[in-house]
Amino acid sequence: MCLAIPSKIVKIENTMAVIDVEGVQRQASLLLLEDAAVGDYVIVHAGYAINKLDETAAAESLALLREAFSASEQNP
Amino acid sequence: MKYADEYRDSGLSRKIIEKIHQTAGKNIRLMEVCGTHTVSIFRSGIRSVLPETISLLSGPGCPVCVTDQQDIDAFIALSRIENTIITTFGDLIRVPGTTSSLQREQADGRDIRIVYSTMDALEIARKNPDKNVVFLGIGFETTTPTIAASLISARQSGLKNYFVYPAHKLVPPALFALMETIGVQIDGFLLPGHVSVIIGTDAYRPFFEKHPLPCVVAGFEPADILLAVLQLSEQIADGAPRLENAYPRAVTASGNIRAMKMTDLVFEPCDVPWRGIGVIPKSGLAIKKEFEMFDAGKQFDITVTESQPPKGCACGEILTGKKIPPECALYKKVCTPMSPVGPCMVSAEGTCAAYYKYFTSK
Ligand code: SF4
Repeated sequence: MCLAIPSKIVKIENTMAVIDVEGVQRQASLLLLEDAAVGDYVIVHAGYAINKLDETAAAESLALLREAFSASEQNP
Repeated sequence: MKYADEYRDSGLSRKIIEKIHQTAGKNIRLMEVCGTHTVSIFRSGIRSVLPETISLLSGPGCPVCVTDQQDIDAFIALSRIENTIITTFGDLIRVPGTTSSLQREQADGRDIRIVYSTMDALEIARKNPDKNVVFLGIGFETTTPTIAASLISARQSGLKNYFVYPAHKLVPPALFALMETIGVQIDGFLLPGHVSVIIGTDAYRPFFEKHPLPCVVAGFEPADILLAVLQLSEQIADGAPRLENAYPRAVTASGNIRAMKMTDLVFEPCDVPWRGIGVIPKSGLAIKKEFEMFDAGKQFDITVTESQPPKGCACGEILTGKKIPPECALYKKVCTPMSPVGPCMVSAEGTCAAYYKYFTSK
């Protein structure tokens, strides 16, 4: 039931956003978000954006992961 | 795709898998409490790359599957009321009730429509002012704010023909109930990603304090899930249970406060029955008095007599991790996705359906 793929907000009109999910455009309500801007990545559940992805947290945790597993240089 | 591809990196996953193999010792049983995790775990083949000592159990995380038979029968009764349009998420319509299913009612001419969101249901209500439009409210903390938002919109716009039948469930009370169910053996929980987006990791604190088991919130990409499994096995190896967040790009400690406020405005906790588990205190959400004019359970006279779960169906034991689908006598023989006996075979997120699609015995 959850659409786990992060979607990018490409347009906002009142409380509705147009989001882009892997090239497909859809509508999502912004009623459940405090503040959202064009360019933000959100997770959408049953037509409503439920959160914004935290860029800093994403970058940090990914860096930590890569460091811990030094995986980046070993891609097949 | 930003925020996703990085976690699909097979090099990274392989490293995590290696580490899991080094860490995992004795037999451990981990339960995921989210249907989307179940599907993702099967689809990505994670089970086949984990050490044999790690068992992944699917818990009560599929919204359709945990819906009690009495609620399913109530949905069917609602669909038979004159002048009514039923709006629902897709999976629900194929779930067998005691004597019928929504799909069968639809074939008999009842107006039952699958919607993607409550906004579609509101739109149907606006376009059909002379009909009652009822939305079947199932789902966990991720879905309830979207239902609450629809009721708030309905009230603001003075819509009088939109109703919700509330059958929502809350995850933390189910965790308590699982630990208190006899025969249940769980060494750690893979906590749901998007429920946690809404309620935050703090919401699991009271559970963790009472039952200090390894608990890790996980995202949905293969590397996210593997990382959570690794953290769980490390905690088990250390003998030091923690409540950890392996999905920090989406989940915070306090959750989505605005969404929770919406839910609180419309709903209040109540005791409700779960399929296979029974009544769990304060694990459901009733519509508050201020919104009672939208409560389909109160506004319509629905009589449900003698609800019976399907004979021979082991969904109850499957939802608590006591059995796996191949241990159900009906699995693959009588019960298939084409003709499901129980809800766990209906829903794409159901454990039996996932086994049917992806599991081949070694
Ligand atoms: S295989 Fe079918 S009958 Fe058996 S538990 Fe699963 S859904 Fe129920």
